[in-house]
This record gives sequence, C-alpha cells and structure tokens, in this order.
Amino acid sequence: MEADIAIHANAPAIETDSLVSLPASRVALWIFLAGEIMIFGGLVACFMLYRIAAGGWTDEASHVDWQVGTINTVVLLTSSLTMILALAAVRRNDQQAVKRFLAVTVALGIAFLGVKAFEYHGHIVEGFTPSKGMFWSFYYTMTGLHALHVTGGIVVNSILLIMAIKGTLWARGETRLEIAGLYWHFVDVVWILLFPLLYLSLEAK
Amino acid sequence: MEAQLSHIEHVDHHHHPQSLISKYVFSTDHKMIAKQYLAVGLLMALVGGAMAYLIRVQLAWPGKPVTGWGFIAPGSYMAMVTMHGTIMVFFVAMPILLGAFGNYLIPLMIGAPDMAFPRLNMMSVWTLFVASLVLIASMLVPGSAPNAGWTGYPPLSAVPEYSGSTWGINLWLLALALEFSSFLMGGINFVTTAINMRAPGLTFWRLPLVVWMEITASALFLLSVGPLVAGSVMLLLDRVLGTTFYAPSQGGDPLLWQHLFWFFGHPEVYVIALPAIGMMMEILPVFARKPMFGYRAIIYSTIIAGFLSLIVWAHHMFVSGMDPRLATPFSILTILISIPFAVMIFAMIATLWRGSIIFSTPMLFTLAALSSFLIGGVTGIFLGSQAADIYLHDSYFVVAHFHYTLFPLLFMGGFAGIYYWFPKMFGKMYSEPLGKLHCVLTFVFFNLTFIPLFMAGFGGAPRRIYFPYGYDFLKPLQHYHVIATYGAIGLLLGQLPFVINLFASMISGRKAETNPWHANTLEWTAPSPPPHGNFEHVPHVVRGPYDYSVPGVAEDWVAQDKVVTVTVAAAG
Repeated sequence: MEADIAIHANAPAIETDSLVSLPASRVALWIFLAGEIMIFGGLVACFMLYRIAAGGWTDEASHVDWQVGTINTVVLLTSSLTMILALAAVRRNDQQAVKRFLAVTVALGIAFLGVKAFEYHGHIVEGFTPSKGMFWSFYYTMTGLHALHVTGGIVVNSILLIMAIKGTLWARGETRLEIAGLYWHFVDVVWILLFPLLYLSLEAK
Repeated sequence: MEAQLSHIEHVDHHHHPQSLISKYVFSTDHKMIAKQYLAVGLLMALVGGAMAYLIRVQLAWPGKPVTGWGFIAPGSYMAMVTMHGTIMVFFVAMPILLGAFGNYLIPLMIGAPDMAFPRLNMMSVWTLFVASLVLIASMLVPGSAPNAGWTGYPPLSAVPEYSGSTWGINLWLLALALEFSSFLMGGINFVTTAINMRAPGLTFWRLPLVVWMEITASALFLLSVGPLVAGSVMLLLDRVLGTTFYAPSQGGDPLLWQHLFWFFGHPEVYVIALPAIGMMMEILPVFARKPMFGYRAIIYSTIIAGFLSLIVWAHHMFVSGMDPRLATPFSILTILISIPFAVMIFAMIATLWRGSIIFSTPMLFTLAALSSFLIGGVTGIFLGSQAADIYLHDSYFVVAHFHYTLFPLLFMGGFAGIYYWFPKMFGKMYSEPLGKLHCVLTFVFFNLTFIPLFMAGFGGAPRRIYFPYGYDFLKPLQHYHVIATYGAIGLLLGQLPFVINLFASMISGRKAETNPWHANTLEWTAPSPPPHGNFEHVPHVVRGPYDYSVPGVAEDWVAQDKVVTVTVAAAG
C-alpha cells in the first residue's frame, strides 16, 4: 500500500469528465422522466392507433365537456407558473414568497383533482363507465394515470411546503425545488397532450 | 446531492458501528444489497428449476406420477410453463445479472464508496422482495395459478373465464409491476452512479466493459418497459374494470398486447445478455493475460445492438396475422443485429488468440458460455427470417433457441461471475476442483437437454402441449423428449457441487488475498471483502482496464491506478 501511495504523489495531472459537475439528483430525475415519457408515450400511441383504425369515436367523445377541460388546463398551467415563481423566490432567498407560492401550487393541484373528480362523477352518473366503450376505456386510463401522477406531485410539494414552514428546507432548497418543479412541469406537459386528444379532437360533422 | 456528500465523507463510513439488522437486513451498503439480490435470484432459481423438472418429466413420460410431486394436471402444467418463464426471466436473470452484479461491480469498479442513492437502492431490493412474495402468492390463491404463458397473451390472459385464473393473473400482473418499478429505480441509480461517481481520471473510455454493459442494459430497460407498463395497466383494467382494450368484440385488439409486450420483450433479452457478456469480457483478459481485443469496437457494438433491439420486436409476431410486407423490414433489422453481436464474439475469441490461458473455473464457465451462446445466436438467425420462422414458430426449436441464449448467459455467465468475484464478495477462496466439476456437469447436461429439443422442433413438435403423444405425428418424437429429460435431471443434480462449494467455501474457504487473480480493475485494489465505504483513499485512475502483459513492465498486469515508467528498448 505504501508503495502505491508514493506513486500517487507523483501521479500526472488527472483528466476529469465535465459531466461530473451535474448534480446527481438532476441526472437521476431526467433519467426517471425518460422512463415516464415511455409510459405515457406508449399509452398515447395506443390511443392514436386505435382512434385512427376505428375511424373516430365522435359519439362517445362528444360527451366530455371541453369547457370544464379548459378550466382544468388553466388551473394546472397556473400551478406550473407558481412552481417556477417558488424556485425564483428561493434563488433570491425570499422565504415568505416560497411558502406562499408552494401553498398556491398545492392548492391548484388539489383544485385540478377536484374538477377531475367532478367530471368523473358526472360521467358515471350518466352511465359512461370504463366498460362503456373504447373511448371511455382510454379516457379513464389516461386521465386516471395522469391523476395519480398529479397526486404524487401534490404529496412532494406538500412535503416541501411543510419543510419550508418548519425551516428545514433551506439547506438544499434550490435543488429540491428544482427537482420537484421538473417533475411537476412534466405532469403538466402530459396534460397538455391529453387535453387536445381527449377533449378537442371531435371530428367535424 | 448525496453523491458529492458521500464522496467527501466516505473515509469515515466504515468506522460507524452497525447493528445486525442495519448490516444484514435494512442495509444501504451496495455490496450487501448485491448479496440480497443474489440470494433472491438463487432462491427463485430453485423454484423455477423445480418447475422445469416437473415440465420435463411430464413431457418424457406423460401421465406417470412424477417423483416428489405426483400427477400433473393439465391446468397445473400450463401454470408451471407460465411460472417457469416468468420466474427465470424476471426473478432470476434480472436480480442476478443486473441487481446483484450491477450493484456489486459498478461502485467498486468506478472507485466510488457506494451508489449515488443508497436508500433508493435499498428500496429497489425490498420492492423486488415484495414482488417475489406477490408472485409466489399468485400461485397459491384460489382459482388457478397464472396460466396464460409467460408472455400473457390476451384474450387468454384478459378474460378470467377463458383461463380459470382470477386473482392468479391479477397478482401476476401486480408482481410484474413491482418488479418493473424495482428495476426502474435500480436503473436510474446505476446510470446516475456511472455518470456522476467515477473516480478522478476514470473517463468513459477507461471504464471496464461490464460497467458499460450494465448501464446500457439499464438504459435499455428504462426505455423499453414504459409501453408495457401502460399495456399491463390496460390488461389489468380489462380484467377488473371491464375496459375493452383487448376485447375484439368491442373494438379492442389482442395484437396490441403482443406489440407492447415484445417492444419490451426483445430489449429485455439484451438487458439480460449484456451484463453477462460484460462479465465474460472481464474474465477473459484476466485468464488469457492479454488486453481485451477491440475495446472501443465492443462499446460501439453494444450501443448499436441496444438501439437495434428497440426496433425488431415484430419478429416475434410473424405468424400473428401480420402483413408480410411489414415482416420483411423486421427480418432485415433482426438479421442486422447479429453484426454487433458477431463483433463482440469475435473480439472475445481474438482475446484468447495467443494468450497464456489459465483454465480456472471462471474461465471454463466463460468458455462454456461463449461456445453455447454461439449456437443460440446462430439459430436466432433462422428464426429472424420470416420464411423459416413460419415453420419453426411455437415449436420446440424456439424453446431450444431461447434456452441456448439465456441459459449460457444467465447461468454459465452468472456462475463465471460468481466464481470470479467470490473472493472479493466473501473474502474466501472457493474450491477449484468442485468448481470445475460443476462446470463440466453443467456444460455436458445443458447440451444433452437442449440439442434434442432442436431436433424435436425441426420434427414439428409444438410447445405448450400438455400431452403431445395424443397426436400420431408427435409419437415418433418422444425419444427426443426422454433424452432431454435425462439431461435436465442431470443438469439439476449437477448444481449440487455449486451449492456445496458456495456454503462450504463461505464458511471454511482459504482466506482470499486482495487481488488473487492479478487483475487490473479497481475492485481488486480494495480489501477482500471491502468494508462499508470500499476504498481507504479515492483511487486516481491513470489507465484503461486491460493493460495485461505490457512490454517493458516486470509483472504481466498493471492496476488501473498504478503509474509505471515503461522503458522501451530502442529497436536496432
């Protein structure tokens, strides 16, 4: 061992890879998102293939309410904005603003789920259950899987909010908010794909 | 975040006292987690092996009671075929080759104290453990055990009335979902660790090949499993909520599942193959005392093979009612994939050329795996061409081909790895005579089992038939099945030397030195077994992993972190 250490002392300048400077959590989250994209990508691809092959499900699809969907889209997009504002606030070390924006983000996420539950309730009361036909099979699977991801995001953001209130967030606040934010924006982007596919793609009569 | 912190703190790691539970059960040490993966994999291999025994006896002497079990009912036969496949692929191959060796080797070979996310790592192995319990539960619930084949094609898998399996298949899907999430977490950890935690000087072009292969395999898994996760959710909803994704009567299409399954299923073969080939590539240069031939060509081939594996899936579906015009491009792509694999095989053979070969147990297993895998690869070209596949599809030829690829890589490659890293893992030497006996028995009986199945397949014997000899044209093929069954029983008994060797050597083996094989890679600079935290000092890497028999150096090996001055005699 001693001989080895002696050799190290004379070791030439060490080359390093520039990639090492990336934080591990950010690398990991992007890899995770790649996997998530393949899950939703698979589902969306199946939906589009079936819809093209079946020649449109105009009757079934006409029962979803695009106005409610639009409201929910606005709600979710706004929550992404407040998430970004929270990150900006932690960067200028404005702890009050971080708490405020995180709270609004969580509230908007819950509001999104509430509107979604209201929609589900309406559909089921009218008899449009998952077994009603192919459109409804996809509708519930796609929005359901998305809602699970929204729930996950709400849990993460709530934990961050509690940590902010308790004062334990700040040591690595920026990284934590960045990572949670990346995930939250991903959930948003998925909805931006689902919204036109499920609510807006009625065929012209 | 934890990555950088643990880099700084790792020197203190092994001074913390640990309770038995935090050391052996809820451990965050990548080496203990690797051993837990290995234990899960080997235990599940016992279950899968027992099923292989029952299947084989039924095929050789149908209707006779099986020693140790009794009569096999038609329904249980289908369940055994299903569970044998599921267990061996998802609960033996992946835990051993990715889980155990990925976890053990990646941090040690890149000079890191642990994985990038040790707690996520612990969660992966425990998720796998729960998945295994759910899978075993799926065999014990009322109704039938999962019996729709390991590929789970609908409508058999989608309609409980067809298979008679209600909770069985639901739990089977749940077990797979848990297994997928376990390896998604593991894959994220592996790739992040290899990108972020490499020791100073260890550039990507100095990484040992097995690390390249483990991260390529993890990335492949990550990119291919998504659509099947979506497909499994759809299958589960078809079963429990009455959705109609796979129900043809209501606009669904059972073929969709086949596409989603094989979009994952083909890369999955490489998820298993690449780590095993990587381990063989670590072992070959050490026991040939020669640099690995074509290091960069192998890495490029690995990446190309990984990419191609994502766009060949429909070659599993040539007889599923597919447009022949679509089959041709899939045939061509499939046959193209043999090129990068041929590069790897030739690189391995070229490494042996004029080496000073040492026939130790790991080397013998590597050579056995290489030669057997070659037969699996070549028969794959038969099946990749749609003209031949239409005749051979769903016959025992496919079964034999499949076992000739997976068995050599999973078991022979896996055993090569276990013997090779045994001194590092357990700090003891294994018994060389027992190891060699194990290798010879495995190699001989493996070939005795599966060569006859190629012949039965050529003769037209279809797979998944409970009582084949009810058909006149299959009666003359029975003797192939009898030979194969004797081979399989020999193969199972041939594993006894391994079990004895594993436990006897772990308890009373000779103490292993730090570097018993005189190998170059970083894990051999850590003590045997390495403490929590692995290295006393962060290694500074100055060279590639395969500098064996360098001219002008006294020893025939140069560790990756060793600086030497080479004096080259001036020629003439």
